[in-house]
Amino acid sequence: MTDKPEKFIDENGIRSDGRRANEIRDVKIEVGVLSRADGSCYLEFGKNKVMAAVYGPREVHPRHQQKSNRAIVRYKYNMASFSVEDRKRPGPDRRSIEVSKVSREALENQIFTEYFPKSAIDIFVEVLQADAGTRTAALNAASVALADAGIPMRSLVSACAVGKVDDTLVLDLNKNEDNYGQADVPIAMTPDGKITLLQMDGHLTPEEFKQGLEMAQEGCRQVYELQRKALMDHYSKKTEVVTEGTTAEDVKKDAPEELEDVTPVEVTEDTEETEKIDDTNETGVTKETDDTKEPGDTKATGDTEDTVKAGDVEELEDSGEEVPETGKNADETDGQMDESEEETSNE
Amino acid sequence: MNKDIVSIIQKDQLYNLMLKGERADGRAFDETREIKIETGIIEKAEGSARVEIGNTKIIAGVKISPGTPFPDTPDVGVIITSLELIPLASPEFESGPPREKAVELARVTDRGIRESGAIDLKKMCIIEGEKVWMIFIDIHVLDDGGNIMDAAALGSIAALLTATIPAERYGLGEDAPLPMRDIPVSVTAVDIGGGIVFDPSLEEEMVANTKLTVISNQEGAIAGMQKSGNGSLSTDQINHIVEVACKKAQDIREKFLEI
Repeated sequence: MTDKPEKFIDENGIRSDGRRANEIRDVKIEVGVLSRADGSCYLEFGKNKVMAAVYGPREVHPRHQQKSNRAIVRYKYNMASFSVEDRKRPGPDRRSIEVSKVSREALENQIFTEYFPKSAIDIFVEVLQADAGTRTAALNAASVALADAGIPMRSLVSACAVGKVDDTLVLDLNKNEDNYGQADVPIAMTPDGKITLLQMDGHLTPEEFKQGLEMAQEGCRQVYELQRKALMDHYSKKTEVVTEGTTAEDVKKDAPEELEDVTPVEVTEDTEETEKIDDTNETGVTKETDDTKEPGDTKATGDTEDTVKAGDVEELEDSGEEVPETGKNADETDGQMDESEEETSNE
Repeated sequence: MNKDIVSIIQKDQLYNLMLKGERADGRAFDETREIKIETGIIEKAEGSARVEIGNTKIIAGVKISPGTPFPDTPDVGVIITSLELIPLASPEFESGPPREKAVELARVTDRGIRESGAIDLKKMCIIEGEKVWMIFIDIHVLDDGGNIMDAAALGSIAALLTATIPAERYGLGEDAPLPMRDIPVSVTAVDIGGGIVFDPSLEEEMVANTKLTVISNQEGAIAGMQKSGNGSLSTDQINHIVEVACKKAQDIREKFLEI
């Protein structure tokens, strides 16, 4: 471990890793990287490297945990023994139990659990390398993986930490700032500004906290754009592969035109469009097709259908007011619910 | 009886009361229940306290003994906090290793004491790298009447404030009180359908989606925070809770902990 530096911020306002106070570290997000999981995401946040996988909705084991009116959400945050300088003893410790609990609570309310009674949605996040801010990185990855799994959600969740070093508030602490800093406040937020995770330790005056909260929210908004872009890129690439490589006319006939037309506004205002999307969803595509990348695959509709879902997610987030949003969500996700029920029965 | 169903019915009731600006037990939104603190109740422990907040009852015990420091902090004492939700306290608690709820409560209690610098841990070093005082804080919940969090934090700081380092027993000089520097106090609020109520009762805790605990120190700065429960809070709600919690904490501190 490096020693405490004399100064965290130099006279030009530059931090030890070259960032300014309000900058987050470089983020890299890859969507759909695992073949067996229903949804997955690999995410790098500075030197943090995390892998998230989502399974479900699926049967609940042990069965007594199942809820008759909704799905249960389980979140497992686990650190690899080699992820930190001194080998970590494998298995859950008190810290990871707490992190898992608050992270699950940060996501659970964004998932339409009431659509999947008696089932479980399992989220697993493996921290492969830790470098301060693993819980926020894990949460960001988990949120993208949920979207990749096609789990109907009210919105994505984006997380970011704010802290204090040299009596100055800084966004997204690095390892040194975390070890020797004066405060650390991880938060998670939905794009409409609802805070779903908030923890804090250290020393902050209420005034500093207020300011810090605003900074962290700005950080979350940046992360959100990156998450959204990663999902868009992933699924639009898949669509390109499908349209170029497919000989089967029906794929073109079925999905792409609609896809291109799916802009947030149109989906919400044009009910016919929504119905068409629902039709696409009801083609009985099973989840396995999402992972198929070969062009020309006859099941390629699976890919396009996912793009629609990605579009849906964003749309939900862009809409402003809460009450009508919920209504819209309910309508749009009907199709997805059907599809997922089929998934379960197909298994 | 099915807890889920009861709490849906209660949710309606509490929500309707909230709209009228009332709470089931007649308190104002920011009013805490009656607090009772009794210290030095366990002679065998180096420090102890029994705390009641309404129906909630907990006992905190502090044991102090020499031990080996952690390699990365060779010159400071060690704090270890644990909390058990024993089946005696509620039909919902089961025996066995602590579940996530107990782990969270223990870790947030620990965070408040550690991050506020309540104990001067530098003074708890006996021989650098070899021997330091280990402070074990154990919290036993006896009756769950809601808001175990604040009771646990209050109990642990009250026990610490009255604790003695048992140096004579180990032939390490004279007994001395623990070197305390600060008095962190935890204040918790829950969100019931948009209304923020402080020091939630068991019913309020059961129907609330979201809970926010704010631990503040003597100078009114925040030392620790934890959002719990699967709902969300708006920025305004959070700032409101922080403001009221710091004020409440000051009241509680003056009334019970400062001698």
